[in-house]
Amino acid sequence: MGDPRTWRCRARWLLPLAAVAALSACSGEQTALDPQGPFAERPDDLFRVVFWIAVGVFVLVQGLIIVAVLKFRDRGDDETLPVQTHGNTKLEILWTVIPALILAGIAVPTVQSIFELSEEPDGAVTIEVFGHRWWWEYQYPEAGVETANEMVIPVGRPVRLVMTAEEADQPDVGVIHSFWVPALAGKQDVIPGRITTLNIQADTEGRYLGQCAEYCGLSHANMRLRVIAVPPDEFDQWLEEQAADAPRPDEGTLEAEGEQLFFGGACVGCHAVRGVEVDGTRATGNVGPDLTHFATREEFAGAIFEVNEDNLAEWLEDPPAMKPMTPDERPSLGMPDLGLKPDEIRALVAYLLSLT
Amino acid sequence: MASSSVAPSGSVFRRPLATKGWGSWLTTVDHKKIGKMYGFTAFAFFLIGGLEAVFIRLQLAEADASVLSAEVYNQFFTMHGITMIFLVVMPMAAAFFNFLIPLQIGARDVAFPRLNAFSYWAFLFGGLFLYSSFIFGGAPNGGWFGYAPLSTSTSGLNMAYYGVGLQILGISSLAASVNFITTILNMRAPGLTMMRLPVFIWMSLVVNFLLLFAMPVIAVALFQLTFDKVFFTSFFQAATGGDPVLWQHLFWLFGHPEVYILILPAMGMVSEILPVFSRKPLFGYAAVVFAGAAIGFMGWGVWAHHMFAVGLGPVANSAFALSTMFIAVPTGIKIFNWVFTMWGGKIRFTTPMLFAIGFVAMFTIGGLSGVMHAIVPHDAQQTDTYFVVAHFHYVLFGGALFGIMGGMYFWWPKLFGKMLDERLGKIHFWLWFVGFNLAFGPMHIAGLLGQPRRTYVYGEELGSSVERWNQVSTLGSLIIVVSVVVFIWNAWKTYRSDEIAPHDPWDARTLEWLTPTPVPEHNFDVIPTVTHRDEFWHRKYAEDDAGRAVPVPAGASEDHAAEHGEHEEHIHMPDPSYWPLVLSAGLPFIGYGVIYKSIIWAVIGLVLLLTGVYGWQLEPVAEGDE
Repeated sequence: MGDPRTWRCRARWLLPLAAVAALSACSGEQTALDPQGPFAERPDDLFRVVFWIAVGVFVLVQGLIIVAVLKFRDRGDDETLPVQTHGNTKLEILWTVIPALILAGIAVPTVQSIFELSEEPDGAVTIEVFGHRWWWEYQYPEAGVETANEMVIPVGRPVRLVMTAEEADQPDVGVIHSFWVPALAGKQDVIPGRITTLNIQADTEGRYLGQCAEYCGLSHANMRLRVIAVPPDEFDQWLEEQAADAPRPDEGTLEAEGEQLFFGGACVGCHAVRGVEVDGTRATGNVGPDLTHFATREEFAGAIFEVNEDNLAEWLEDPPAMKPMTPDERPSLGMPDLGLKPDEIRALVAYLLSLT
Repeated sequence: MASSSVAPSGSVFRRPLATKGWGSWLTTVDHKKIGKMYGFTAFAFFLIGGLEAVFIRLQLAEADASVLSAEVYNQFFTMHGITMIFLVVMPMAAAFFNFLIPLQIGARDVAFPRLNAFSYWAFLFGGLFLYSSFIFGGAPNGGWFGYAPLSTSTSGLNMAYYGVGLQILGISSLAASVNFITTILNMRAPGLTMMRLPVFIWMSLVVNFLLLFAMPVIAVALFQLTFDKVFFTSFFQAATGGDPVLWQHLFWLFGHPEVYILILPAMGMVSEILPVFSRKPLFGYAAVVFAGAAIGFMGWGVWAHHMFAVGLGPVANSAFALSTMFIAVPTGIKIFNWVFTMWGGKIRFTTPMLFAIGFVAMFTIGGLSGVMHAIVPHDAQQTDTYFVVAHFHYVLFGGALFGIMGGMYFWWPKLFGKMLDERLGKIHFWLWFVGFNLAFGPMHIAGLLGQPRRTYVYGEELGSSVERWNQVSTLGSLIIVVSVVVFIWNAWKTYRSDEIAPHDPWDARTLEWLTPTPVPEHNFDVIPTVTHRDEFWHRKYAEDDAGRAVPVPAGASEDHAAEHGEHEEHIHMPDPSYWPLVLSAGLPFIGYGVIYKSIIWAVIGLVLLLTGVYGWQLEPVAEGDE
């Protein structure tokens, strides 16, 4: 209400010319119309030029139609037929050559941009991206960090994403996804058995929304992602924290009870908690997200639920009820209902929230 | 009702003789009846596909809604796409091909009448087969372009139905394409040279050549998909040496010509309607024809523009960006020629004309957003969002369906012998036009604001304006529903009315209007000799030196119609046959046999198929006058 941005958006919505609204970046955190880095700005610049050319052609053609319809309507005043023109070679040449020239004009910067955007930028941070049904895994190979759904990047520095799709830790297995954060770059498909790359960069701090853009089955809509751009020093600090071993709870606490359940139960079959050994068991599962520093993330389950006690408790009670998944079918996808008792859930939630 | 002529000796392969009654529809080989059956069936599927669309729109009317579950939503959007493309727009075009090609070229039927019946039945059984999946465990849920490896690696047989169902429909289309190409090339009336052909016939020819070459491509891809899915082969599985991207190349190598298969028939219809109601010939006939043919050729070189996000590399992306931009040139030529057909005319705003003008206006918008997709760097933002959904609905609804609706109103009197009500027709048009723009216009904006396609929910995080545009879309879709109800009411009212349409109600230009209404089974008592493009118009009018048209009383349509019935000579028409129905009935059984790996069903299907083939070969000519 008081926010001028919201108000402006409401006002725009009233504009009869939908085209104008289409080009004005307003509310919507996932908009492609408000680029926040060079790899999104370049396509946006091209689009704005082509958009206005298209508006020109639109006005010309629709204008001609409207004039023809008004001017040459049958007024019913006489029975004579109009002059029977069959065509005009000059006009045919005109409307073949002019559009071809306009398109050739658009083609030049398009091809330039295609090549420029595909080059690996200097001094880029490399992040490996793995698309799973239905969540994202990120690895920072130099720092030895692994996380899920929320990607942290340094502001003002190009990031090179090296991507593939995989499932249950089996390379080359899986389906096609597409990594898309509109404010930072166009989308790029993520394909099992192939490596694809994408450059992104954020010039301002912020939390940028994105999601999988290639239909990948049942819970495609719930495969969202976020890119969090932080100042470079904060980024380095974050890497250091994430590379560290998981924290251990104090003995005798609810969290410690949860840790026992986690390492003694089914959890370790699918999830990793790095650097911790409980009663000779290590959590090295790589089917689901790495949970080493789970509580530093704001959202979970494909970034669709906020990390808090209630959501986690509901999740652990029956995951497929909260997010459509098919753990009991082949291929087994997503977390099954483990039949946990309420006090087990309470302990596990406490443990998960202690993983900072 | 059996006719009096006696079939040859009581052979099991005796031919059916009924030309009236419900039984005659099962055995007919008359191109007009088959055309009507295509039309009715496609319209029924249109209602089903439309219902799926309404459910999709209701689910998306607000953020985080739960009208449909994820699984049902995924099945609905997949079946909506498959239905509208393969079971509505393609067979609707086939309905017009069937009805119009022989009439417009002055022929008495298509080249292979029984093959024509087979095409229809294969289409019907293919459609029923696909929809039977809803009963037997779940409809296809992998999107209408069935991307592997998703389509081959989900549990359930949903996508097996897709693989086999589309294969059956492909057989239907392939058989039809051979038939129509042969008919157009070989059965034209004397004097009807290629450059005198109605533009609809030209576009039909291009479309059927596209079908002839595109169907084998998708057939190969569908076999591979079905084998991966049912028999665990590995064409598309990276882990066992297959290539996930191969499917996309094969699919779009079919899929982009398919886009022109869907739109060119409507372009042909509009090219017939605009001159009639502008009362002057099509502007730049040769340019429109060559532009259509050019689209037919160039349509094979643009497939990878569906794959700009795949990562084919900058060279491939640039090449396909260029070819995509330049296919806009022939399309633009057509648009300008249509506009200049109206320019200087004397325009009558009948319902078919409104739909035709709507086509030109709406298709232009779809064309412009199409050019935007060629801007590869920004296509990476647009693709797989609602922007692209808006684009192809402007092409396929604003284009193909507007054209088809115009064609329905235009040829209805020739098809059914009665005029659709013009007042209801105009109400239909305006509701349709407004509903269409409200439904699909806002999708451009929703897509640019970040709403991806194929998501059963979108979060509130996308912003309130995304939700508002979605509400407008849903409202628009409901208005379209009302317009379709008006159309059905119009058709019903017309059906009940006793008023018979005149032979030439629109003062039209091409040969089909030379026939009396209703059209007799043999179409023309005497095959006309053609001396002009727009032959029928030239029998009614001549041009003076100044290009003014003056009526020629002697050639007027009413006079001509009176000639009918005077010709007593025997006209040999193809006899009805059971066998196309029997032959095509084998296909779905073979399909179930493949999907469920059941020898029994496959054998039943094969027996039906072979019986059909032998019956077809061995059946005699009823009249015995070969």
